[in-house]
Amino acid sequence: MNPGDVAWLLTSTALVMLMTPGLGLFYGGMVGKKNVLSMISMSFITFAVVSIQWVLLGYTMAFGRDISGLLGGLEHIGLKDLKMIDYAFVAFQLVFAAITLAIITSAMAERVKFSAFILFAVLWTSIVYDPLAHWVWGNGWLAKLGALDFAGGTVVHISSGFSALALAFVVGKRRGFGEYSMEPHNIPMTLLGAALLWFGWFGFNAGSALAANDLAANAFIVTNTAASAGAISWLIVSWIKGKPGSLGIVSGAIAGLVAITPAAGFVDPLSAIIIGVVAGVICYYAMLFRISKGIDESLDAWAIHGVGGFWGAIATGIFASVGATGLLLGNVGQLVAQIIGAVSAALYAFVLTLIIAKFVDMTIGLRVSNEEEYVGLDVSQHGEVAYT
Amino acid sequence: MKKIEAIIRPEKLECVKKALEESGYVAMTITEVKGRGEQKGIKLQFRGRIMDVDMLPKIKIEIVADDEDVEEIINTIIQNARTGKYGDGKIFVLPVERSIRIRTGEIKS
Repeated sequence: MNPGDVAWLLTSTALVMLMTPGLGLFYGGMVGKKNVLSMISMSFITFAVVSIQWVLLGYTMAFGRDISGLLGGLEHIGLKDLKMIDYAFVAFQLVFAAITLAIITSAMAERVKFSAFILFAVLWTSIVYDPLAHWVWGNGWLAKLGALDFAGGTVVHISSGFSALALAFVVGKRRGFGEYSMEPHNIPMTLLGAALLWFGWFGFNAGSALAANDLAANAFIVTNTAASAGAISWLIVSWIKGKPGSLGIVSGAIAGLVAITPAAGFVDPLSAIIIGVVAGVICYYAMLFRISKGIDESLDAWAIHGVGGFWGAIATGIFASVGATGLLLGNVGQLVAQIIGAVSAALYAFVLTLIIAKFVDMTIGLRVSNEEEYVGLDVSQHGEVAYT
Repeated sequence: MKKIEAIIRPEKLECVKKALEESGYVAMTITEVKGRGEQKGIKLQFRGRIMDVDMLPKIKIEIVADDEDVEEIINTIIQNARTGKYGDGKIFVLPVERSIRIRTGEIKS
């Protein structure tokens, strides 16, 4: 790597790091004021736990020598036998592992024990994330199949979104869900979090070029284009039904960011507009579907990251024209590979998360007691109050 | 004229508000308050330690109404704010001497 590439990779790593606490703020504004610290704390502790797990085990499970396409070998436990220059890539991949787990906290909102979350975090990142990252980026079976995922549409978004859905089924609804209103307590906080996510996403996607080159520049512009298209399309479909809410703008932007993630290195800016517009619309309807079914996947990780990531994976197979070819250029095989990748990642994440969540529930219990839930997790889990 | 002050669970506000509106009582003042009743809040039990949460968030609804409407308002609040558990709150009824509409200066007593 030349010095310019290293500089851009380290910068991107720092950008993506900010996304995890940013996500905490994004989620924190959407819960009640008695649970805001718990929500932000889950993102922070995610970052700390995954950072340690990644150094000890995660990196080598994802990027070690390929073992039958399923898992990396253990030769780099504790980052053994790596050169110092490799650490730039290790750190860059670490921040991806962290944000992925933090996205899942959507389904934990306002009802899960902090201790149970930490146990879940260690198990999930080791059992679900690390193998998936290996399949797609560590020369595993999906990589050999030719499935494209430039920056983590499958590894990060499909996996976290479908895991959140599985978790919502195991954890169950918040007390009073559907019975009385659960309004966001601080929308400006959510908007601030969304701003940090959008900002960090440039590192996420343009950093995934692993170089300061034309590919990074392409990823950068299509990322911003899709985010803007998603913001506008979600706004329009929600405006037809009511008022143009600020939450709709940022939810749409994130839907666009999610969908462009796997495609960022393979599509042009005009395709990015289509990808973003469609993402804003389908993620909005996925959210309405989730609400109509009475599923308390509280902060819509499934609707935005799961469904948006799924669309992004397929869109990559349709629109790829930069360094790869998709359906529109006559390559049907690419679309097939994308569908196989998306479906297998969704299934693997969903089923394994069901098992892990059940295990945590049967051992230490997932949920707080009714009284603890009533007074809120800030006081009951952390002994703190956000606003006095 | 009476003033009804009801201290209720925050999560019950929407139901109470809706029910009062349906019975034709739209005007009200709402305040977020904290307080405790005879149970001194909630005791949370953790392994080996007990944590007191003694000031719980509640909502105070204030309504000024004619004497003949007071019972109906009270019953509506009770029906929609009750869970049957400790902490459902209390309703107080106070006499009101006068009410003056600022816009017109109109006085009711």
